[in-house]
Amino acid sequence: MKRKRLTLTLCVIVTALFAAAAVAQDDPIRVGSKKFTESVILGEITTLQLERAGVSAEHQRELGGTRVLFNALLSGDIAVYPDYTGTIRQEILRELELPTLDAIRAALAERGLRMTEPLGYNNTYALGMTPEKARELGIETISDLRDHPELRYGFTNEFLNRGDGWPSLRDAYSLNPDDVTGMDHDLAYRALASGSIDVMDLYSTDAEIAYYNLAVLEDDRAHFTTYDAVFLYRADLPPEAIRALNELAGRFDADRMRTLNKRVKLEGESEIAVAASFLEAEFGETFQYVESTLASRLRTTTLEHLTLVGVAMLLGILVALPLGVLAARNAAAGAVILGAVGIIQTIPSLALLVFMIPLLGIAAPPAIAALFLYSLLPMVRNTHAGLTAIPPSLRESAEALGLSPPDRLLHIDLPLASPSILAGVKTSAVITIGFATLGALIGAGGYGQPILTGIRLDDYGLILEGAIPAAGLALLTQLLFNLIERLLVPRGLRLSRSGD
Amino acid sequence: MLRCHNLTKRFNDQPVLLDIGLEVPRGSLTVLIGPSGCGKSTLLRHFLGLLQPDAGSVTFDGQPLTVDRIRAIRHRIGYVIQDGGLFPHLTAAGNITLLAKRLRKPQQWINDRLASLRELTHFPEDALTRYPYELSGGQRQRVALMRALLLDPDVLLLDEPLGALDPLVRSSLQDELRDMFRELGKTIVLVTHDLAEAAFFSEDIVLMRDGRILQRGSLHEMITSPADPFVGEFIRAQRAHQVPEGGR
Repeated sequence: MKRKRLTLTLCVIVTALFAAAAVAQDDPIRVGSKKFTESVILGEITTLQLERAGVSAEHQRELGGTRVLFNALLSGDIAVYPDYTGTIRQEILRELELPTLDAIRAALAERGLRMTEPLGYNNTYALGMTPEKARELGIETISDLRDHPELRYGFTNEFLNRGDGWPSLRDAYSLNPDDVTGMDHDLAYRALASGSIDVMDLYSTDAEIAYYNLAVLEDDRAHFTTYDAVFLYRADLPPEAIRALNELAGRFDADRMRTLNKRVKLEGESEIAVAASFLEAEFGETFQYVESTLASRLRTTTLEHLTLVGVAMLLGILVALPLGVLAARNAAAGAVILGAVGIIQTIPSLALLVFMIPLLGIAAPPAIAALFLYSLLPMVRNTHAGLTAIPPSLRESAEALGLSPPDRLLHIDLPLASPSILAGVKTSAVITIGFATLGALIGAGGYGQPILTGIRLDDYGLILEGAIPAAGLALLTQLLFNLIERLLVPRGLRLSRSGD
Repeated sequence: MLRCHNLTKRFNDQPVLLDIGLEVPRGSLTVLIGPSGCGKSTLLRHFLGLLQPDAGSVTFDGQPLTVDRIRAIRHRIGYVIQDGGLFPHLTAAGNITLLAKRLRKPQQWINDRLASLRELTHFPEDALTRYPYELSGGQRQRVALMRALLLDPDVLLLDEPLGALDPLVRSSLQDELRDMFRELGKTIVLVTHDLAEAAFFSEDIVLMRDGRILQRGSLHEMITSPADPFVGEFIRAQRAHQVPEGGR
């Protein structure tokens, strides 16, 4: 009876949580961006432009790669994001082999989506090397690479795998290098500069090309198609929002975009400041925007991080303790439960996060679900271990006394197992705090966000802005639990542990 | 008061009790004795329903130990084991009053019972707030006894209650226990492996070996007319350990 009520309560909590998340998605128009600087700048420009048109908008920054963004657009988690025609044609809708812009539009319309006119620049792929190495080996075109299979290639993970990326490039040029590694685009620039790779993929509007004075290899077989920047948006956007988006079409060119990228990546301006100055130049209006300060950022990331960890741990405790008790009571159920939570732990964290996206969309809910699943193992295992370690003589004494089963659980078994259970909760909390930084990869925010942005902008200060509070929070949690242990673990048990 | 009939119990196909028949009359003190592994503790645990017989029956006051009745029956039985079986997370008083509190007995009633039991067992009042790990072995057994007696049960089952104590404490507690038993007048079954202790407490000794009852009677009867060669052997072996001063 009691157990039934507990299950019911749990269901209500989970439903309420997701309902709350769904309601939150309702209000402002959500603008998405991929996790590279140009996309984030375009996201900021879009958000400001929508607000200029009187439409309330919110920017979900750095949500991930193409697949994540496009699926989020399909599911309505976001309403608009910038992408490139080449990406749509060669990657997202590759199997349709769409020849023209109109064909793309028709295919998108079938999916309830629309596309703006091109923004005005082509951000195609290219391959780059350091000028010294290129000169030394006499490499000027991509075809020249064929004679040097010993060169080490470092490609963006997305480029490495997508249809219009490395696989087709390799076939088109019959390249056969010995060493191809996937890495973050921003890290690849540093790897190239430090000499740990020799060839990398470039976007033609990357600010770093000029900064590092890179040799851009000629696409002598004209393999890469055009990647005109556009906005993709949902057909159900209000007309004034659609008008505002189309107003941006044709207002960019490659040089201008490269300058905007440079101001953020190399000159340390914030994306929103660059976005505001762009719109001011275009429309002659000045913008009120709030530049984030260290304190304001910390407040936001801390709140986000605590929410992720807090909700996940709360759900985790509510589920793990009953599971641990059940596992300790019944050996067969125990084998199944411990096996299942063990298997969950073996799923790589990134994969688990991505698995959650189709089920729960982007941002906090899938991250919380993944954190919740990871939190289970230490708590279930320690509850089980604590209960099964109770000496048989004590369990028999409680039974012989004639205590009811609930009384035995509440007044004998759980207090006796409390040191082990608490240790499990502590381990779980500390692990979850660390793991929650990965939530930023799917737009859940938290301390992972400055780390991710810091990697993108090559800004150690920003990385530390996420890493230090995350480590501090873990330490604080450890201290907090030592205190809770003092309050919750009966004094008689602490005596026995120090006495033995 | 307590009765078992044709009681057989196996652990992993090994019989530990074989066809045991035993009747413990109301108000009597019966001692179960035998070498370790003879089944005396196992038999005791059947009376509490902690173990279910594979064959035969156990009754308490004429009633079989059924699932719906077992808790009420356990409330009428006090049980004390070798190391006391005290819950380490509760104080002495917490251990003693746990059950009464869970059964929602009036606080005043609980306090009165605690006071009278403290007197009976000569337990110092200030030690009530101590945890089991802060008590001596003898004090722990007194607490275990108070816990067993709090609801004023009809029956007291004691499994080697003095087994973990050093000899000096043990002999003084033996005297005290015998006085208490006389004062209480309850139905008592005591398990021991020590023949002198058995004889000290009762004339009604049940000698067991390998899951069977070999003989029931006083020590004198066992010496003068052993029912089995092992009875004599057991008595001689035990006596060899005693200081020869001519029996009690």
